[in-house]
Amino acid sequence: MHSAVLQERTAQIHRKGDAPLNIDCNKDSLAGAVSQRACVFCGSRVVLYPIADALHLVHGPIGCAVYTWDIRGALSSGPELHRLSFSTDLQEIDVIFGGEKKLHAALVELIDRYQPKAAFVYSTCIVGIIGDDLKAVCRAVAEEKNIPVLPVQSEGFKGNKRAGYQAACKAMFKLVGTADTAGISPYSINILGDFNLAGEIWLIREYLEKIGIEVVANITGDGRVDDIRRCHGAALNVVQCSGATMDLARMMEEEYQIPNIRVSYFGVEDMAQALYDIAGFFKDQVLIDRTRELVREELSTLLPELEQYKKDLAGKKVAIYVGGSFKAFSLVKAFRLLGMDVVMVGSQTGTREDYQELEEITDPGTIIVDDSNPLELSGFLKEKEVDLFVGGVKERPIAYKLGVGFCDHNHERKEILAGFLGMRNFAREVYSSVMSPVWQFVPRLEQEETFLESVPAGEEKIQANL
Amino acid sequence: MSKIAPKYIATTNACKLCKPLGAALAFRGIEGAVPFLHGSQGCATYMRRYIISHFNEPIDIASSALGEKNAIYGGGANLKQGLNNVIAKYNPALVGIATTCLTETIGDDVGMILHEYHREQENNTKSPLMVQVSTPSYSGTHMEGFHAAVQSVVQQLARGGPTDQRINLLPGFVSPADLRYLKQLLVDFGISATVLPDLSETLDGPALRDYPLIPRGGTPIEDIRKMGRGQATIEFGHTLPEKTAAAFLDKTFQISCKRLGLPIGIRETDVFLNTLTEISGRPIPSEHDAARGRLVDAMVDGHKYVFGKRAVVYGEEDLVVGLTSFLAEIGVVPVLCASGGKSGRLRRAVEKVLAKMNVPLPEIHEDLDFFEIEEQARELAPDLLLGHSKGYGLAKRLEIPLIRVGFPIHDRVGGQRILHLGYQGAQNLFDRIANTMIQVKQDSSSVGYSYM
Repeated sequence: MHSAVLQERTAQIHRKGDAPLNIDCNKDSLAGAVSQRACVFCGSRVVLYPIADALHLVHGPIGCAVYTWDIRGALSSGPELHRLSFSTDLQEIDVIFGGEKKLHAALVELIDRYQPKAAFVYSTCIVGIIGDDLKAVCRAVAEEKNIPVLPVQSEGFKGNKRAGYQAACKAMFKLVGTADTAGISPYSINILGDFNLAGEIWLIREYLEKIGIEVVANITGDGRVDDIRRCHGAALNVVQCSGATMDLARMMEEEYQIPNIRVSYFGVEDMAQALYDIAGFFKDQVLIDRTRELVREELSTLLPELEQYKKDLAGKKVAIYVGGSFKAFSLVKAFRLLGMDVVMVGSQTGTREDYQELEEITDPGTIIVDDSNPLELSGFLKEKEVDLFVGGVKERPIAYKLGVGFCDHNHERKEILAGFLGMRNFAREVYSSVMSPVWQFVPRLEQEETFLESVPAGEEKIQANL
Repeated sequence: MSKIAPKYIATTNACKLCKPLGAALAFRGIEGAVPFLHGSQGCATYMRRYIISHFNEPIDIASSALGEKNAIYGGGANLKQGLNNVIAKYNPALVGIATTCLTETIGDDVGMILHEYHREQENNTKSPLMVQVSTPSYSGTHMEGFHAAVQSVVQQLARGGPTDQRINLLPGFVSPADLRYLKQLLVDFGISATVLPDLSETLDGPALRDYPLIPRGGTPIEDIRKMGRGQATIEFGHTLPEKTAAAFLDKTFQISCKRLGLPIGIRETDVFLNTLTEISGRPIPSEHDAARGRLVDAMVDGHKYVFGKRAVVYGEEDLVVGLTSFLAEIGVVPVLCASGGKSGRLRRAVEKVLAKMNVPLPEIHEDLDFFEIEEQARELAPDLLLGHSKGYGLAKRLEIPLIRVGFPIHDRVGGQRILHLGYQGAQNLFDRIANTMIQVKQDSSSVGYSYM
């Protein structure tokens, strides 16, 4: 095993082909291992944050609110309340005497100021310790102001990010079923687990509109409280992302008998499959025909362009480390379409089933890793001589310091990476990073002295790119 | 205008960060050190993410990753396990342990846990130094955490002895570019100095073949030990509390402490360089004299483009004080000085640096958030903003330019390369402000123009 790996972590790393998959996952991060993971609060915050006409108040000291201020590029077509960072900014005196009064007053102040449709109140570590009764305060303010005020029990230490997803879903579920569902089409769905980064949900909705499907609620990208209140009127829940909103779909299935399907909008195969699955659910030939037509049209322009990139990208090696493992499936397939080899894939929050699936779709020798850290990741990048690393902001300097190309496929992305358009953008971004002339100057490649002299073709390409 | 902002209960878009972040940054500036947060995993990850976005550099901050059980029964076992793991993989010379709101509130006695740990590790020669600092996030800001960590390091490591020629420079939280400038300046004066902390390499390093376990650079621990024998200490900050690392050195080792403002702008830089002249017995090195001359010349060349422009300055208190001083020197009117910190010293410090300048006193407010800054700014109708990139939204809504300084710069590359200090820093700032004002005029002209 790699020298960067701590003994306690060996069970969370698997190399396909070495032994049957028996990976350890969904456990607390190891102390001192410098995990890339955040906390329960983070999980709740990222799921609920895109609901744009709700107030999101973080009850705790200032850090938790400030580090999550407008952290996702979750766009809204209307209100922008979600992009502000509200906190009770607890002080020592509040910690000693309790923060309930301050929370109550802050909620009233903010509700009066912004007139939100609902308020989410996030509990942080310290609130869990001092024992403020979040529920009681929320109930009181809800009565006083006559809007839903929902406690989110997201104390940071109460597990990992997954527990935060659960807390978020629990809070949202209280909204579901509280408004009239009249007038909803029988061909209707809710979009769960898309956060409208860079406007992706608008693209997906456009596809669905072309097919003839009504979207009742976006949960949560470009989300609205009133839509969530009536989303139990939809015929189907379409869930993206492995962890974030699955719990809500399950609760709705139990309570309202709404079935759900899991999809991904990343990559050509998964995007097309998502549309076919949605159309197929309604068993209506017109919908299915329209879907075929849409996919055919999109691919007729997309695939030739991808072929162009593939010529240069074929055989380049990729490592993937993302928050949710569901995205990793799509990325593995997307890279295959570009002719690139995935040599490492991991996530912060994958389940046993997720890793099983990853093991099935990857090549022998691929490293599969759960809840990794900079030392391991940098070790894998070097060992596998990776050309491109896909991850989030925390992974970026690991790649760049080593002179490895990087592609941001996380909350911060500014380009649409979902849908057919997204695949085009993604391929362009991958190409522009892998083919950049800057890599010839990095120490990792500089010392291979033959690099520039013996590969004139490479030089030509570099010239062409300038 | 003399209206004081009404006091809101909720904080909206804070103009400050939490205490442990500052401590982690300070520890990052010590050679061979690993910052370690005693708390839940999220704190370390969030802070890493925040710092990475500014510096574009790796920063490994370890965490004791406390779970629910630890929150109830205490985090000692996790802290020890975390230390074992960090030592095994990073082989640090020093572990800088900062507490969080969680561990402060559950009452973990870090001193005692470390004492136990050392006893258990008695035969382990690999055991690194450990410095601990108490940084409950519910009291103070990241700047207080930063200074507290520096103070803890000095208090726990500095040793006395016969005085040597070195001086101690405690620059506070300035950019790597600022630190490189300061170190060169000291060399040019022929002064050997310990600069603590030193982020100049650790958070602005070169491309490498290997991922650095611990990045190169930082203040050598041996030098920190010698701080108790220095001939003088210079500490930057008009808004610092009475008890600081410099005050400790003064009290314990009788090392005279010179507390200066951040050397931003001409006069504050003059004061700093005169102090260095006093200490070294040498005149100002010719290249710095020349830089001052060029700066004054440039200020004359460009004065018309900035005169009378109104500026809102926000951010860390001492940075605000320095920038305000500089703006007054070039004829820009500071109309609001705002900070999320609350040292209780901001007003006096601003008044002091503006005392001999012919400008009306600006609005000066501590403990503000961006909601309040915006409220004030709307009334004050400024022409430009000076501060970190979290003021971007405000600048956009006010439709005025933002001159990015300080930390964090999350929406541009090169935050770590912004030089604020010295004549060269003032030169850079002046050129940026003057050119920005020229561009505003150029852009708002229907035909544009190609000569100034």
